[in-house]
Amino acid sequence: MKRFVYINDESYQNDYCDNQISNTKYTLWNFLPKNLWEQFRRFMNQYFLLIACLQLWSLITPVNPASTWGPLIVIFAVSATKEAWDDYNRYISDKQANEKKVWIVKNGARKHIQAQDIRVGNIVWIRENEEVPCDLVLTGTSEPQGICHVETAALDGEIDLKTRVIPTTCIGLDSEQLHKIKGVIECPIPDKDIRRFDANIRLFPPFIDNDICPLTINNTLLQSCYLRNTEWACGVAVYTGNETKLGMSRGVPEPKLTAMDAMIDKLTGAIFLFQLAVVVVLGSAGNVWKDTEARKQWYVKYDDDEPWYQILVIPLRFELLCSIMIPISIKVSLDFVKSMYAKFIDWDEEIYDQETDTPAHAANTAISEDLGQVEYILTDKTGTLTENKMIFRRCCIAGTLYGNESGDALKDIELLNAVADNSPHVIKFLTVMALCNTVIPIKSPSGTISYKAQSQDEDALVNAASNLHVVLVSKNGNNAAEIHFNRRVIQYEILDILEFTSDRKRMSIVISDSQSGKIFLLSKGADEAILPLAYCGQQIKTFVDAVDKYAQLGLRTLCLGWRELSLEEYLEWSRLFKEANSALVDREWKVAEVCQKLEHTLDILGISAIEDRLQDGVPETIEILRQSGINFWMLTGDKQSTAIQIALLCNLISSEPKGQLLYINGKTEDEVARSLERVLLTMRITSSEPKELAFVVDGWALEIILTRYKEAFTELAVLSKTAICCRVTPSQKAQLVKLLKSCDYRTLAIGDGGNDVRMIQQAHIGVGISGREGLQAARAADYSIGKFRFLKRLILVHGRYSYNRTAFLSQYSFYKSLLICFIQILFSFVSGIAGTSLFNSVSLMAYNVFYTSIPVLTTVLDKDLSEKTVTQNPEILLYCQAGRLLNPSTFAGWFGRSLYHAIVVFLITIHAYANEKSEMEELSMVALSGSIWLQAFVVTLEMSSFTFLQFLAIWGNFAAFYVINLCISTIPTAGMYTIMFRLCRQPSYWITMLVSITIMFF
Amino acid sequence: HSCPMVLRIAELTSFGAGASASTHQPNSKFTQQELPACKPILTPKWVISVFLLVGVIFVPIGVASLLASNKVVEIVDRYDDACVPSNVTNKLAYIQNSTISKTCRRTLKVPKDMKQPIFVYYQLNNFYQNHRRYVKSRNDQQLRDASKANETTLCDPEKTRDGMAIVPCGLIAWSTFNDTYTFQHNTNNLSIDKTDISWKSDRDHKFGSDVFPKNFQKGPLIGGKTLNESIPLSEQEDLIVWMRTAALPTFRKLYGRIYVDLKENDTITVTLDNNYNTYSFDGKKSLVLSTSTWLGGKNDFLGLAYLTVGGLCFFLAFAFTLLYLIKPRKLGDNNYLSWNRNSAGH
Repeated sequence: MKRFVYINDESYQNDYCDNQISNTKYTLWNFLPKNLWEQFRRFMNQYFLLIACLQLWSLITPVNPASTWGPLIVIFAVSATKEAWDDYNRYISDKQANEKKVWIVKNGARKHIQAQDIRVGNIVWIRENEEVPCDLVLTGTSEPQGICHVETAALDGEIDLKTRVIPTTCIGLDSEQLHKIKGVIECPIPDKDIRRFDANIRLFPPFIDNDICPLTINNTLLQSCYLRNTEWACGVAVYTGNETKLGMSRGVPEPKLTAMDAMIDKLTGAIFLFQLAVVVVLGSAGNVWKDTEARKQWYVKYDDDEPWYQILVIPLRFELLCSIMIPISIKVSLDFVKSMYAKFIDWDEEIYDQETDTPAHAANTAISEDLGQVEYILTDKTGTLTENKMIFRRCCIAGTLYGNESGDALKDIELLNAVADNSPHVIKFLTVMALCNTVIPIKSPSGTISYKAQSQDEDALVNAASNLHVVLVSKNGNNAAEIHFNRRVIQYEILDILEFTSDRKRMSIVISDSQSGKIFLLSKGADEAILPLAYCGQQIKTFVDAVDKYAQLGLRTLCLGWRELSLEEYLEWSRLFKEANSALVDREWKVAEVCQKLEHTLDILGISAIEDRLQDGVPETIEILRQSGINFWMLTGDKQSTAIQIALLCNLISSEPKGQLLYINGKTEDEVARSLERVLLTMRITSSEPKELAFVVDGWALEIILTRYKEAFTELAVLSKTAICCRVTPSQKAQLVKLLKSCDYRTLAIGDGGNDVRMIQQAHIGVGISGREGLQAARAADYSIGKFRFLKRLILVHGRYSYNRTAFLSQYSFYKSLLICFIQILFSFVSGIAGTSLFNSVSLMAYNVFYTSIPVLTTVLDKDLSEKTVTQNPEILLYCQAGRLLNPSTFAGWFGRSLYHAIVVFLITIHAYANEKSEMEELSMVALSGSIWLQAFVVTLEMSSFTFLQFLAIWGNFAAFYVINLCISTIPTAGMYTIMFRLCRQPSYWITMLVSITIMFF
Repeated sequence: HSCPMVLRIAELTSFGAGASASTHQPNSKFTQQELPACKPILTPKWVISVFLLVGVIFVPIGVASLLASNKVVEIVDRYDDACVPSNVTNKLAYIQNSTISKTCRRTLKVPKDMKQPIFVYYQLNNFYQNHRRYVKSRNDQQLRDASKANETTLCDPEKTRDGMAIVPCGLIAWSTFNDTYTFQHNTNNLSIDKTDISWKSDRDHKFGSDVFPKNFQKGPLIGGKTLNESIPLSEQEDLIVWMRTAALPTFRKLYGRIYVDLKENDTITVTLDNNYNTYSFDGKKSLVLSTSTWLGGKNDFLGLAYLTVGGLCFFLAFAFTLLYLIKPRKLGDNNYLSWNRNSAGH
């Protein structure tokens, strides 16, 4: 599956789509059908549509069809308008992007065209600070070295500048030639991987030779990136329109459904079944009554021979009468309160990070309740628990440990002396520190040098080296690097970069000393990736000890090594490396293999130890959240000992007497299996003891476990409250989340880097920390916060309130609908089970949409306990976790309450308004006002705190009920003309109301 | 007055500038969820006082309602069975036979003094005016507007007769109650006032003064009352009363008023025409004479309900007080929290 892009060749250009970007979901024509189709995919909407259609049959409808059509159309219109507005905004921004003017080359001359007219194969010119309109393969830049800098923040959220280089075959082309260039690029079909581009390019004669030149992601300019610090660049469009890497990765993420939503859906289903049962029972009872009793009642005048469908009429009438059991307003109400919860999170001053000026943000407005029900938190370590502010603290060079006393190697006199004395080991060590990286030094006009690094570790190393007088001054593209050392300038040529991957766990570069011409391999990486590569006979014990020692202090260690290469060896290897790099299949694997061929018999120079401080308030936050019954798993790419140290520091695990750590390790399947079995056994035995148990597992063992012993591990996961998983890959993180999810736990994943994205997307709730590793995690997350400690407030305050509020709102919505429905059902028993509606259409519609919906919305302001009380007694969260406020039994309580209230309202009404007072319209209004009075008091009783807004909503609504009905009572054509005035004059009406509400006491 | 205005504008602009300088929202009590709120806690004292208060309010209302209800003097005379001669076996055939005179004479004894006005009702039991098929079978437009005489939608199955629209159409009008009563007090004629028995609003706005009955009761099956075609609907008060459908199968409808005080042990002789068919469905017919109070007719329900609720409140207040005295609980004691109790139990 390949794509061949012919540069500057018009005849092939129509094979692929043009560069018109379209993020819109709808077009003008398909909006209505498509939007309706989407909306009707929801069961509730289908249900309401069916009911509304049935109501059009006047023989069976108890009320005016408008009472359902009205709200239904309003609800549909509201969500359709919202969709249309969003889509319109997308259309506008697309249009802007599409109509932006860009320069392309056409027929050998530059032309100014709209971005949407770019075709695959066109050469596009971009100036400094312009946005890249489509995915390009770089062919030329203004810089003589053939590099340019891009900012990829819009793509991956990383804020550093990245260097992009032109392919070797295009080096040296002047801008005249770039207009006429012809050739072919062979590249994969469009995909969404923004880190890979395995392609190659071949230029046609007369342009240089027709050698195949490999292309990587470093030779590309991807759509939405910005060109920085480079006057101009040009490139060949390879992917356009929605087929760009950005366009392909845009997909709509699967909507997350909260536990509460699932429960509400389930309860809705149950109510629906109940409704069907009512329909069947009352429908048949109605038919029986009709045949035995109603036929004798001459005034009803039933025909003796009726069409067959008459038998359906009464059941269908009951279906329509009972249709209000499922409240039409619940979706709108829930959407409203959920967006309020999200707003409250966005607005909250206490989780606003002053330091970095980042407010908390709820990107997903629909899942706040889940925050209150979290059972497991899976957290990344670096950048999440720690600050990800790397500081070089200690090092071990050639067996000597520096920085032990002061805790800061940079102030260690011995090290400073060694540097001053030109100690060869130390100089080598520092040279590797300064050179073996992908850092870009940027010289400001004032002469100071700052570094742009993708990795915080590299940044720390380069800065430390520069403090120790080995200063990386400049780096031009991928060839020349300049180092200042004690006023000497040393030039190096960087020949190759053997990039870091999480599998290799190391990186190397090949350099040649410009003076001596000697070639060196410089490597750095994790200890277990570097130490085994030491040359035969080197004593590495001191290094191993140093690594252990540093790890116990919670420091991150890196192992540095080097080797001199002979020219022949390098040339031989270089050929292989080039080949591997231009491979189109399995490139990554092939490259890794070739790299391994060079990385051996290293001279280990030493160990660097970098400190990553814990963020403020992390131990307290973890302490409180664990008190509230949340289990913590720490998933980190770091090594075991460092991870354990950090875990101890932040209260995740306790040291020996109080807690116990169980290790699962082993290299082979059998070892891992035995180890797992042993840990599981210990867990089972000691699970009753008040001892804090935690297990530790590393990525290797985890891989075996997840493929082979999933059941045993699942059991372990259920038993263990704390776990530390180290050396895990991003996909393993996601797998662990999935595993916990499969055990029906509510999971929250929190992380800050790109490697946490999959875990964040997989978990029920993803929280991203907008940190130093870019915004990638924060973008993918449902919630983004500035600091780990804000998680406490997010869960205990926002999550808990949201849960409580939604629990009340949803059950109340059913309660009030059931109440009115039960009154209708009870009325059918005194109206010959014929399906007469006691209430008129206007009242029914207004009851559901207006009278009972508005007061309860103010539950978003309700606080059952003060924020302080909750944080002081975090155990209270157990109620939310266990779902104590919304479950079948609480729902049954509300159900019973509505039945009880309905019976009482109905009985009081028909007894107080018996005999000469039993006029239909009056009795109906008495029953309705009885329900309204009851509503107002039930809401008042259920709320815990009252602000003036709640007061206004409840009693304002109550007053509005009377005002509206009095108004309707003045319309002569209305059924209830004068009714409300008559009632309000009767003392018996007010006396009836008063007794109706007192029943809620009992 | 311009000074404060200028100040306010300055405030607004500086406020705007502040907001735009930082991406952050200006905070308010609302956005921070810190609006001042009152937080009532249901302490034992509160609960007990509320119950006491409700009891104190309810018992007097209950007593007043019961007294009002007891003041009402009511004579209820069921006559459907009694007004069929004892030798008739098929009551249905008897009532449907229009050739027989169905005059019937009833004697009522006044149990207590009755002050005028005395309301005369007829009461039907087991009559479903609220039946879905019945209650909808009318057309309000036709009743109100002479020009809409042909508007008979919803009137099934009493819409047209020989292709002509029936006015008033529908089952309700067709089945209007047609028993009639005349009264004699001791030996004098007792006049009964049949004006103003319907709602004024109905006469003025629901039933047109230029709408006259047409084609009414012309079918093979006579339902109930026949209407005089020269009197407009707005003056056919019996029809208007009947068309205010009752919500319950037992109901009373006003027949007329008597403006004479009756003394205890007076006898009243009622001569009635027993026309209306309740025999096919075991319905009952009664004649009711009743006085009225501020609360309406005789109805003990509200009084009893109030006394019950009031009594229950007193009882609960008492019970809670006892409980509170015997086993007081400190308010806000953390030891009562479930997790604290559990750990103590271990």
